[in-house]
Amino acid sequence: MSEARAGDRTLRDATYLDGMTLKPAYGPEDIAGFDPATALGRPGEYPFTRGIHPHMYRARLWTMRQYVGFGTPVETNARFKYLMAHGQDALNVAFDLPTQLGLDSDDPRAEGEVGRVGMAVDSLLDMEEAFDAIPADRVSISFTINSMAAFIQAMFLVVAEKQGVAWNTVVTTPQNDILKEFVARGTWVYPVDPSLRLVCDIAEFCAREAPRVNPISVCGYHIREAGCTPAQEMAYGLLIVAAYVELLTRRGLDVDGFAPRLSFNFTAWGRLFEEVAKFRAGRRLYARMMKERFGARNPKSMMFRSLIGGGGSGFTVQEPENNIVRGAYYALAAALSGAQTMALPTYDEAYTIPSSKAQLLALRTMQICAEETGVADTVDPLAGSYFVEALTNEMEARIQEEMAKVERMGGVVEAVKSGALQAEVARQAYRFEQMMLSGEYPKVGVNRHVAPVAAPGSSPAPEILELYAFDPKVAASQVAKLARLRRERDAGAVARALGRLRDEARGTANLMPAILEAVRLYATLGEMAGALREVWGEHKEPLVF
Amino acid sequence: MPSPSPAVAGGARPGRPVRVLVAKPGLDGHDRGAKVVAHALRDAGLEVIYSGLKRGSDEIVAEAIQEDVDVIGLSVLSGAHLTQAQKLLERLAAAGADDIGVVVGGTIPAKDADALRAMGIRAVFPMGTPLPEIVAYFRNFPRGGER
Repeated sequence: MSEARAGDRTLRDATYLDGMTLKPAYGPEDIAGFDPATALGRPGEYPFTRGIHPHMYRARLWTMRQYVGFGTPVETNARFKYLMAHGQDALNVAFDLPTQLGLDSDDPRAEGEVGRVGMAVDSLLDMEEAFDAIPADRVSISFTINSMAAFIQAMFLVVAEKQGVAWNTVVTTPQNDILKEFVARGTWVYPVDPSLRLVCDIAEFCAREAPRVNPISVCGYHIREAGCTPAQEMAYGLLIVAAYVELLTRRGLDVDGFAPRLSFNFTAWGRLFEEVAKFRAGRRLYARMMKERFGARNPKSMMFRSLIGGGGSGFTVQEPENNIVRGAYYALAAALSGAQTMALPTYDEAYTIPSSKAQLLALRTMQICAEETGVADTVDPLAGSYFVEALTNEMEARIQEEMAKVERMGGVVEAVKSGALQAEVARQAYRFEQMMLSGEYPKVGVNRHVAPVAAPGSSPAPEILELYAFDPKVAASQVAKLARLRRERDAGAVARALGRLRDEARGTANLMPAILEAVRLYATLGEMAGALREVWGEHKEPLVF
Repeated sequence: MPSPSPAVAGGARPGRPVRVLVAKPGLDGHDRGAKVVAHALRDAGLEVIYSGLKRGSDEIVAEAIQEDVDVIGLSVLSGAHLTQAQKLLERLAAAGADDIGVVVGGTIPAKDADALRAMGIRAVFPMGTPLPEIVAYFRNFPRGGER
């Protein structure tokens, strides 16, 4: 690494994870040939570098959305109402792992996991309880669910139906991004190809029947959390969305018929300007890809609508209160990056499932950023900065290089099947770990200004942390509810509906109608997911590290 | 795959490096830490096998025996570490393989670390443990029985 010199003084080196080496000062020469009209456009106009709305936060502040879901559906319902009473206007539902993997709460494989990292859902009954007295047409709800997205989305549509709410007024966002689950996060079940079919079945069905549903939220976030660099996060996200768009248009759908409802979930925990440049470059690349490659005509199809989250991997277990301060900077980065929706991890995330106090603090952090700092007063305030425009250009080039690398692996779907993409992410995670150890990537309290008393190998949670207590009784209550459900429902009708689901899984029809039928009859999630497992089998993970 | 390397001082059986199975039990899909540790151990000359995600206790025990490992590094970030560790220790004992040590890493609160050690887990590495500390521990891992 070269050190810049100024006179006889050696300057501190500043290099980003993607290899950009920063100069100490930027000037007009760094953006020679820069044409604002083509590189930026006006805010709200192609290629949307400056943001997807002309007035951004002056017209509408970003939505504040926290990830919530606890134990039983009844508890989760209470937490939703608590957050809504404190001004949160959208919900982001967390599900427990058995639910995310299509296992009922009474499945032996679910032991110890029921209600632990989110809400347990075994059947429509649970979704009815979770959304009791929460009008399905009045809140915007995200479901952090992927391989099981079709079932959860179907359950919510039936909940809406029962509330007397028309499907065309329902605004939900099932995450439904299975490709990133194979690369990071790991809640895959079925092999890659049938998994992709389910993603597209949801998108196709909703485009027709529930057009305000945002059918896929493409997540660079989790891949970055798994270790990739900022440019890779954007590159992989763009390649993944292109794979879905390709499959949907191959089904004969008009790109403008579904693309306006696609959205993105990305992180913002890196260096402030690095993150801003990543989003500005990403918006520009996405707009061009949708217009030039996929022939979109509706500008809405070219808009990179983003949920920008803080990114738990920027937080540390050492001196956890420092994470509150980090969260404020991440919120600032997200605001300067033009987020439509913002979410922050809680400062206690490295220890536990968030406590309600920590969740409220995260919400207050975003509210202070929005209301007090003035950052929301003007659109893309960094535009025209020599540094930020040069960095945006450089980030764009790096993202394109990373995209080209994956194309050389055979494209994103092939790279996921072979594990080549997973291997690259693991390699970057290892590299990052070494940079943390050497201090090359600075972290206060970890490799800078380390508190002298920190005992190696121990991470005692300071008493100031009020930790969320997991309740093992949740499993028993879910199991009892399941037993009652299985006694009371029409077993013959459930069996027939599951038979139909199995049959249709063998063919090529859209599976949503068969899933909706089974949901209405209170087939359990495990039964429905199991029907598809019987037909499709399970994904075999390439073991790379 | 690990290449044969000289015996590591203080490590397991004479004449071969410590063999480790890095395992992800249960349903938790967070494998960043497990892979980073596996990578670091391999770089340090240990023989490392990675189980992949969502392995049942019986599968982990079978793989550990088949691969003749000295120690299993269990990675759990879902909060289910007590259940998973208990299950694995029971299955190892049932298979007569309790000479294989078990170590746990992940999102482990301090009070649970004590509970894990009390049930027979050899070492606990909560989130934030420096990598060299983990590597040093495995490198010098005492052979089963010599606790």
